[in-house]
Amino acid sequence: MSTTGTAGVFLDPPRTHLAAVVLRRTGSFLASLAATFIGLTAVTFFISRLTKIDPVLAVVGDKATKAAYDRAYEALGLGQSIFVQYFIYLRRLLGGDFGMSVLTARPVLSDLVRVFPATFELATIATIVGVLVGVPAGVLAAARQGRWPDHVIRVVGLFGYSVPVFWLGLVGLFVFYGKLGWVSGTGRLDVFFDDVVTPRTGVILIDSALDGNWEIFANAFSHLILPASILGYYSLAYIARMTRSFMIDQLSQEYVTAARIKGNSFWRAVWRHAFPNIMVPLITVIGLSYASLLEGAVLTETVFAWPGLGLYITNALFNSDMNAVLGGTVLVGAVFIGINQVCDLLYRLFDPRLRAT
Amino acid sequence: MSGALLVVEDLNVTFPGRTGATRAVRNASFTLGRERLGIVGESGSGKSTTGRALLGLIPRPGIVTARTMTYAGEDLLKCSERDWQRLRGRRMSMVLQDPKYSLNPVRTVGRQIAETCLLHLGTSHREAERRTLAMLEAVRIRNPEVVYHLHPHQLSGGMGQRVMIAMMLIAEPDLLIADEPTSALDVTVQNEVLRILDDLVSERGMGLIFISHNLTVVSSFCDRVLVMYGGRIVEEIAARDLHNARHPYTRALVASAPSLDEPRAKLATVTRDPAWLR
Amino acid sequence: MSTALGQWLMSETPTSRRQAILGNAYRAVRAIVANPTALAGLVIVAVLVLMAVFAPLLALGKSPLDQDLAGRLAPPSAAHWFGTDELGRDIFARTLFGARVTLTIVLLVSVVVAPIGLAVGTVAGYLGGWVDTVLMRITDIFLAFPRLVLALAFAAALGPGIENAVIAISLTAWPAYARIARSETLAIAHSDFIQAVVLQGASTWRILFRHIVPLCLSSVIVRLTLDMAGIILTAAGLGFLGLGAQPPAAEWGAMVSSGRDVILDQWWVATIPGVAIFIVSLGFNLLGDGLRDVFDPKSA
Repeated sequence: MSTTGTAGVFLDPPRTHLAAVVLRRTGSFLASLAATFIGLTAVTFFISRLTKIDPVLAVVGDKATKAAYDRAYEALGLGQSIFVQYFIYLRRLLGGDFGMSVLTARPVLSDLVRVFPATFELATIATIVGVLVGVPAGVLAAARQGRWPDHVIRVVGLFGYSVPVFWLGLVGLFVFYGKLGWVSGTGRLDVFFDDVVTPRTGVILIDSALDGNWEIFANAFSHLILPASILGYYSLAYIARMTRSFMIDQLSQEYVTAARIKGNSFWRAVWRHAFPNIMVPLITVIGLSYASLLEGAVLTETVFAWPGLGLYITNALFNSDMNAVLGGTVLVGAVFIGINQVCDLLYRLFDPRLRAT
Repeated sequence: MSGALLVVEDLNVTFPGRTGATRAVRNASFTLGRERLGIVGESGSGKSTTGRALLGLIPRPGIVTARTMTYAGEDLLKCSERDWQRLRGRRMSMVLQDPKYSLNPVRTVGRQIAETCLLHLGTSHREAERRTLAMLEAVRIRNPEVVYHLHPHQLSGGMGQRVMIAMMLIAEPDLLIADEPTSALDVTVQNEVLRILDDLVSERGMGLIFISHNLTVVSSFCDRVLVMYGGRIVEEIAARDLHNARHPYTRALVASAPSLDEPRAKLATVTRDPAWLR
Repeated sequence: MSTALGQWLMSETPTSRRQAILGNAYRAVRAIVANPTALAGLVIVAVLVLMAVFAPLLALGKSPLDQDLAGRLAPPSAAHWFGTDELGRDIFARTLFGARVTLTIVLLVSVVVAPIGLAVGTVAGYLGGWVDTVLMRITDIFLAFPRLVLALAFAAALGPGIENAVIAISLTAWPAYARIARSETLAIAHSDFIQAVVLQGASTWRILFRHIVPLCLSSVIVRLTLDMAGIILTAAGLGFLGLGAQPPAAEWGAMVSSGRDVILDQWWVATIPGVAIFIVSLGFNLLGDGLRDVFDPKSA
């Protein structure tokens, strides 16, 4: 690979080759995404047929006329093979038709759009907490490996993997609301603030700030802080653990020693040399943490009566509203899959060891 | 030999472990002026550990003790972390073995070289860049403006090692420790890098400690040679007197190097005497 | 180790297959006991098993099902160590019997997930080619599913109950084991000792089952132990939502849920079962971490 001479040789992949690689990788990513989505919908389709509920009634409602029933029967392809029925189902989903909700008597999709911002708000704030606390904690634990900061952080992380989120939520409510009165109770806002804010984004913090209504902002915040902190704890346990693991790897590398030989202080070597090397895997970790928080939100929302996607699904569950349950499942599943796949792609695209190939 | 830059007496480096302590360096004593000193030994002889101890880079839980360890009058044993930061890179420096691992993969090589400048010489960014380009020329890299913006994985081994040398010499230290500087390179490239090192060290009148397992290279490059075995210095001898070495280990090392002038049917190996470890 | 048995077990040159296997097991146990994290985890898991098995004995005759509406929501006392719940049932007894449910779920999921994962992973790794590609695609698809939400959907369709919870959890848990088994298999598939067995004329199934699978076991066991904590939490979450073991059976998640309404005044009803979940989950985490240190220290 190297030629003789004192000039030395640099290994520079020609531009066309690089483009082909990117194209190929994006292609396989999209194929993988599609395959996984099909797998998910196949499972939800299968589940929907597991119930004893008549799938036609699920679509037209039980007050439909016989003509409407027959039409729907044909449209769903129920006379035909299961594969045809699945394709019809898939086509409906892709068209945005998730069926009607029994509980709200509205299209499931519009319900989902209505409730999603609350979950988004919760998961986002929790992830921000997780990153702001978890990353420095992980770096500290790695830099002080084997000493007490490392032990403390590992224990805190270990608890994060062992404590049930719904229980922590309840205990948190008991302590911080019941006994200490530091935060507000369940729900997103105190009852008499309902419908005061103009719903622009659906995220109350943003909407009230845009309105300039700081009283509501403060109230929303005091309702948000406890569930977000609890979810944030799980986020930071995971992020801290992964950060620690990545950093330990980097700190044992020779280039960190070289940085210190140049005259960098220990912490400069840690933050300015080692840390930039873990940014890419760290971003994928943060993405994965966000995805899992969407799941964790299901239980948290139940405990805090937080009107988001999780509460929607569980309410639908208790009311045997299969369309809503499955619609919510498809949405959570799709977002979950999407984030997972994107993180996977990012990691493989930007892994420095693959850059040279 | 000009006045001693580095004075080391009874250096000991010990690593406590669960099954007892490992003494990596035992009672090593030597001095160094503005000359070239080679330290030769096999893996585990303590040569690299000695080099790192001189820069205060022995990681926990290792313990470094010595009767004396001074550099240009500064007592290295009493150095705080801030003192070390002042010394490292500016007064004493070290070139590591494999540029694949010793250069930061996510930064351009130009910025890595310039960093040493910025840390110690208080120059502006523009000035640091200018000096970096000059340094890249000094290590005989053509097209320094292009190489400045490359990342380490885009360089060949020889170029990477030259970048390493540039990075460690740009702040003009008086002492350079080279830890196996050519061991990771192809043989054809080794001589080139050694020549560059040779020129730079001579030009600047630096002291050099050349650590290697390769006696042949060390003997041709250095004025004096220390031979280490089992953590101890078993012989200290001028490079040109190696064929008259006294310690059996040194003699065995010299004898085992094959020579084109004296072809032999069988290559000699080293028969180890446990007495050497005591 | 001065006893004759000890020396026989620790011998570096075993003379029979049995000696080699027992010797390895003995060494492994010693390593586990020497590691404090693993030991703590092992103790906790052992306590869980004992609680589950000896629940009637340990409850000192109190039944988890006897209601006493007059004495409901009583605080912890000498008569009721953990107090009583909203139907006057003794919480201590219910906690003990709840261990049975937890243990059942742990065992059932393990028994389903490990064999499937091993089978898929070793076949994919050994046969390679399109079999590998297809199997790994399927694995990747299932790996990307959200566990709890899918379990909810299953429970919604099939109705609540332990079996459905186990099915739902297993569906999303098995892919990880397939991945592990596959990577272990890839590492050894072309090694000399496998080639030797091939030359002896062994069939593919024999090679896979008797030679490759045993070598994947330690990694699978480590992963399984670590996953147990998460599975217990998921199962408890399902129980909390009323989808696990049905009343009046004692299940920790359901107990937390029933204590929810009275959390502010009668905190023990919801708190104590939660602590039990936490401790058991912690135990599996510690044991898993410890086992990983012992069997695979590279992957810290």
